[in-house]
Amino acid sequence: METVTVNELTANDLPWRIEWDPCRCKLCGSCVAACTFRAIHAAVEARSYIYSPGDMPTPVEGERYAVPVIKQTATVQNHCVGCGLCEKTCPNSAIRPRRNADSRWEIFAREGGSPIKRGGRANLNASDRTFDKIVVGRISQMTDPSLDAERHTFDILAPFGRILPADKMPLSVDPDGKLKLDKPLPPVRWIYPLIFGDMSIGALSPRAWEAVCLAAACLNEKYNLPVRMCSGEGGMPLRLLKSKYLKYMILQIASGHFGWNRIVKAMPEMQEDPAGILIKIGQGAKPGDGGLLMAAKVAPHIQAIRGVPKSDLLSPPNHQGLYSIEESVQKMFLSMNAAFKFRVPVGIKTSATASSVSIYNNLLRDPYHIVGGYFIDGLYGGTGAANEVSLDHTGHPIVSKIRDCYLAAVTQGRQGQIPLWGAGGVGMTGNAAADAFKLICLGANGVSVGKILLQLMGCVGNDHGRCNSCNTGLCPTGITTQDLKLVRRLDVDKAAQNIVDYVLAFDQEMRKLMAPIGNSSLPVGRSDALVATDKAVAEQLKIPYAC
Amino acid sequence: MCRVGALKSKKYTHPSKVLYLMLPQQKGHDNSGFAMVMQDLGGVFAPYKKLPLLSYAGNSASVEKIHNYMQNKGFTLRFEWSPQTKPQAGLDIALLEHYNFEVYDYPAGYQNAEQSAKENLLTDTRLALRALTAENGSAFVYSFWPDVLTLKEIGNPADIGVYFNLWQEDTDFCAKIITVQCRQNTNYAIVRYAAHPFFLQGYTVLANGENTFYVKNKEFQSSLHRGYIGFESDSQCFLYTLHYLQRELKWPLEYYKHVITPLPFQDLLQREDKNVLLALRQSLPHLEINGPNTIIGVLPDGRVINVNDSKKLRPIVVGSDGGTVALSSEVCGLNVVLPDRDQEKDIYPNEREMIVVDNNLEVTRWKQ
Repeated sequence: METVTVNELTANDLPWRIEWDPCRCKLCGSCVAACTFRAIHAAVEARSYIYSPGDMPTPVEGERYAVPVIKQTATVQNHCVGCGLCEKTCPNSAIRPRRNADSRWEIFAREGGSPIKRGGRANLNASDRTFDKIVVGRISQMTDPSLDAERHTFDILAPFGRILPADKMPLSVDPDGKLKLDKPLPPVRWIYPLIFGDMSIGALSPRAWEAVCLAAACLNEKYNLPVRMCSGEGGMPLRLLKSKYLKYMILQIASGHFGWNRIVKAMPEMQEDPAGILIKIGQGAKPGDGGLLMAAKVAPHIQAIRGVPKSDLLSPPNHQGLYSIEESVQKMFLSMNAAFKFRVPVGIKTSATASSVSIYNNLLRDPYHIVGGYFIDGLYGGTGAANEVSLDHTGHPIVSKIRDCYLAAVTQGRQGQIPLWGAGGVGMTGNAAADAFKLICLGANGVSVGKILLQLMGCVGNDHGRCNSCNTGLCPTGITTQDLKLVRRLDVDKAAQNIVDYVLAFDQEMRKLMAPIGNSSLPVGRSDALVATDKAVAEQLKIPYAC
Repeated sequence: MCRVGALKSKKYTHPSKVLYLMLPQQKGHDNSGFAMVMQDLGGVFAPYKKLPLLSYAGNSASVEKIHNYMQNKGFTLRFEWSPQTKPQAGLDIALLEHYNFEVYDYPAGYQNAEQSAKENLLTDTRLALRALTAENGSAFVYSFWPDVLTLKEIGNPADIGVYFNLWQEDTDFCAKIITVQCRQNTNYAIVRYAAHPFFLQGYTVLANGENTFYVKNKEFQSSLHRGYIGFESDSQCFLYTLHYLQRELKWPLEYYKHVITPLPFQDLLQREDKNVLLALRQSLPHLEINGPNTIIGVLPDGRVINVNDSKKLRPIVVGSDGGTVALSSEVCGLNVVLPDRDQEKDIYPNEREMIVVDNNLEVTRWKQ
């Protein structure tokens, strides 16, 4: 008989339980080899049996023997995250993780006095989405015709750069009666309204990052869709900095300034200007917190790109010396705009917050006309590593914040002057086009996505607590790890192709949404195209309620 | 759908002609109203071309209010005229008590003022009168501008013609430019202010169509100029954009088309003037229009223009007999008022064209 020890961790305390069928298992060991978390292991268990040889019950103990088994490890460090790689690799369908409804994970996972850390995005109430309470409800029927998504031309482009109001543009009429520009305007790039967002080469494996780059390049070069990719904080390979493909990249600078030593040194050798610069003030997944790259992922090539030793890399929550939005604008003006001689648009990204409108108002009133975009990252944005308490309990939903900022600009007659880009949960249910379209109707110029790109590459994580282990360096799909053995699991070409296919479909889906409302260019701020099926949402967003 | 029409003639034309232009098209419009703006006036108004003419309709109390206001502001009534009405039983018309057209002289302080100061005064006065009479729709103040007359009413255009004696041609009531439309706004509430043509500071616009970027246009225009108000119809946005580009920004006329229906990026980037066109497109995306439209405009110098949506989803035809140029939604209207014209020379503008009829009645058409 075993002693009952209630405080000992057992498999039924964990968020996921392994179901293993000994009848189907051929003990090949593939599952154990595939599990990067060491959440299962091969073990030996004792077995015995009792039999009764006569007509009457006469129990006799048979032989005792040992059997090899696959067993779940029951420790905090090596708990099953439900990634399902064991199931994927098992040739006999003998093993799978099963969600444990009675998990006690949240109770004991802070072992050692350390907050729970994970990757992914907010899992709390993740299925209760504002996006899904909005419908494109103003369909062109009798009073005006729908367009034909297949036949008509559609302009699906969005600005990144500071746009001057018409009466402030340096225009004059020449003797031929034509307008001419007397001075250059601030740089504005017209790009696809879907940015591959802000995932660093430390958070992603080099192969995964390369796959996103490949997809961006392919979409530009082969399909003529000017999709841009943001580097995230952490620099990028010199080879890319010096290549012509730099024009597809938005360089991010965040509070840690990681990677910028290399970027600055590469400037004289750059063939092309980058697509833009994005100054990251905050991130939707962990607002008020800086970037975090766990030491486990700071492999030699990451140390080289970032110029750092192997250790946990924590970006400060604020830019150093930064205590006001005015200073932020100054900082952009002095460093980023000047660095590229005012040829490259510079934008700011903050996490969505109750104070986003104040921030936007300040940016709009910037007298230097140097703020090229306001990127707002909402509550359901993803991250490679964060404290779970930040992920689940801090942040601000993106939908109403985009609307608030747009309407703040409308009140001042300044809509469109600083493009608004929204992120944070776009494509959470798989359809990024629908989410993007709704945000655009509410006032966004475009959107940024991250998590769905990972999922397209093969990430198995979801918003119901599955995997979310990007922080561990043990990503079972080779996407968010720097372990070369794991990285080899990722087929770069297939990953890139999946992203390309998705964006091509996204483009078609955008047309399928623009055509029924009769618009051939993006309906930025066309809130009358939307209805809400929830009264509170309708009231907050100032769109009609419908039921 | 609306049907729209415009006549521009070398000689003064009586409004009966626009009734003849529009009635053959009555299957298209729904006979729910009649509205016209007459410019470059002849007849009884000919001696007063330099003085502002106030066009309004309303009840007796509002007339008194308006007269008091004008008197207090120092305006002097120089000439007043009302159509000789012919009330009959069974007419389909929503009557107001008074339809007044009053010519005023400027207040003493403005007699030698700059033209722009005078024009601002006229606009401010009209807006003030409109606000003064807004309650319960006691009056509708349509225009207050030299050499411009506006008449609008709800009802059957043929009956409205009978009531105002517009079928009877005479030389008292005539103009060289008349724009007309025979339908009330049926998408939204029936409001007299919603009936085009719309007029602001020398610019007149009427349209057949639906502006699906109405909300975007309206939200942007609302902060551009004090005169951009009302928005009872999505077509008012076309007027305000024309006015903004021409009068406020002073851009050449061709850029109206570039702003409301910009070239697709792929075409725009092939152009020599791409930097300017891109600057316009990115600065004024909120003035872009979408949806099916054909727009007729009259400029302060008397030129008449026509532009269409970027897919050319609404009809318009331009014809001329040498003495009169007519623009009409349907050719059947032209056949009635210009029966002797050479139909081979009728113009059916396309989606990228702008049509300009100058004061010699020469029609130019150019591609965006």
